[in-house]
Amino acid sequence: MKACVAALSVMITFLGVSLAFGTQEKEPRYKYQKDGLVYAEIAKAPEKARAKRNPMDKDPDALAAGANLFEQHCTGCHGDMGEGGRKGPSLLAPEVQNAEPGAIFWILTNGVVRRGMPVWSKLPEPQRWQLVRYIKSLGGVPTNPEKPPAPTP
Amino acid sequence: MSDFFRFTILGIFLLFSTSVLLPSSVQAQESPYIVAYDHYLEEPGNLEIEYFSTFGSQRQANNFHSFWMEFEYGATAWWTTEVYLDGQTTFNESTLFTGFRWENRFRPLRHEHFINPILYVEYENISGADKIMKEVEGHDVEADYAVPNSELSKERNHELEFKLILSSTVKGWNFTENTVASKNLTGGVPWEFGYALGASHPLALKASAKRCNLCRENFIAGVEMYGGLGDRHSFGLHDTSQYLAPVIAWNLPSDWTLRLSAGFGLNDNSHRFLLRWGISREITGFGSMVSRIFGGHK
Repeated sequence: MKACVAALSVMITFLGVSLAFGTQEKEPRYKYQKDGLVYAEIAKAPEKARAKRNPMDKDPDALAAGANLFEQHCTGCHGDMGEGGRKGPSLLAPEVQNAEPGAIFWILTNGVVRRGMPVWSKLPEPQRWQLVRYIKSLGGVPTNPEKPPAPTP
Repeated sequence: MSDFFRFTILGIFLLFSTSVLLPSSVQAQESPYIVAYDHYLEEPGNLEIEYFSTFGSQRQANNFHSFWMEFEYGATAWWTTEVYLDGQTTFNESTLFTGFRWENRFRPLRHEHFINPILYVEYENISGADKIMKEVEGHDVEADYAVPNSELSKERNHELEFKLILSSTVKGWNFTENTVASKNLTGGVPWEFGYALGASHPLALKASAKRCNLCRENFIAGVEMYGGLGDRHSFGLHDTSQYLAPVIAWNLPSDWTLRLSAGFGLNDNSHRFLLRWGISREITGFGSMVSRIFGGHK
């Protein structure tokens, strides 16, 4: 019985502390407001990383696969269409859309850990490149589209 | 109905009911390891609920089935915190709740490197009857588990455990090395040491154009090896148990992950066979959801 009470106390403390800390990430009400700080990270990508070409550029399945990966791993923070959410900035912004594919790949690989973006190197390299291809295809989409862009071969 | 079935059914019921009630939109990309850790932390604000089970064969005593629930929360992108609730059934003896653990993992470096360190700190409040074998350390040997539950459960351990996790991902391969140091605060027990090594690789590196359950990229296979390294007074492999275990994870597009591991004892001090499996589900945005309940976000 004592162990149960102790376990319950620990769980409540655990939830309280982690939620307090996690949510003090100062999430704004509707829109992520640290976009500028996160976009600045793209500029920090090393030259060597920027110069990398996307090996999935000519893969006919890459866009559809990238869309699936985006839905599975990215929409929770960046919104269904990459328009941005409470926890992640818009990916439709020029800072992202004009960035070199290699720079976006570098951000996916390294994350922006201090700003809440985890590292995604657990996705194998080809999948990260598939994601890059899809993210770049989001350019020019209105900020609140009803449907995701149709994949183009 | 035996206590064993009650505990198992309760655990799985909790997992399913919480998962069904809470929405999720992410597919987990979980490693197959059950003992070893890699350097990937929980995504911030997400909660992963896991149920794990270990069946252990035991020479000259009763076999056992141990089980635990894990609640893993991504507090930030560099801090993951986790609570465990442990239990076990020793066949022909009894079923016990054996205690809880509170684990924290920290990522000290901002960027990805060839070797990525993670710092791990855990507090354990468990009885001597705990058999989940989440880590093997010191001079833990099979004979320790032959003592009846009625005796083992009288012992209560408060333990601090530290790990240095060094993990690399290269061309789809993950290699990880965990060094364990633990100190039982309840007695004059010296520092104990252990290790876990792991290697894994997805069955395919590219994602398919269509979502599918049985696509090769949803499976990650690997192997882990773990065991004790003695204590401060007698460091080394003598009187320790050592295991080698092929592992596989199946990450389903429906957000569930299944893991399976068959562990084989490598010396006479080890259990001959440990069959482990686990099921987990990740709930995205759990932190925001709870925060909204308390008026944090509208």
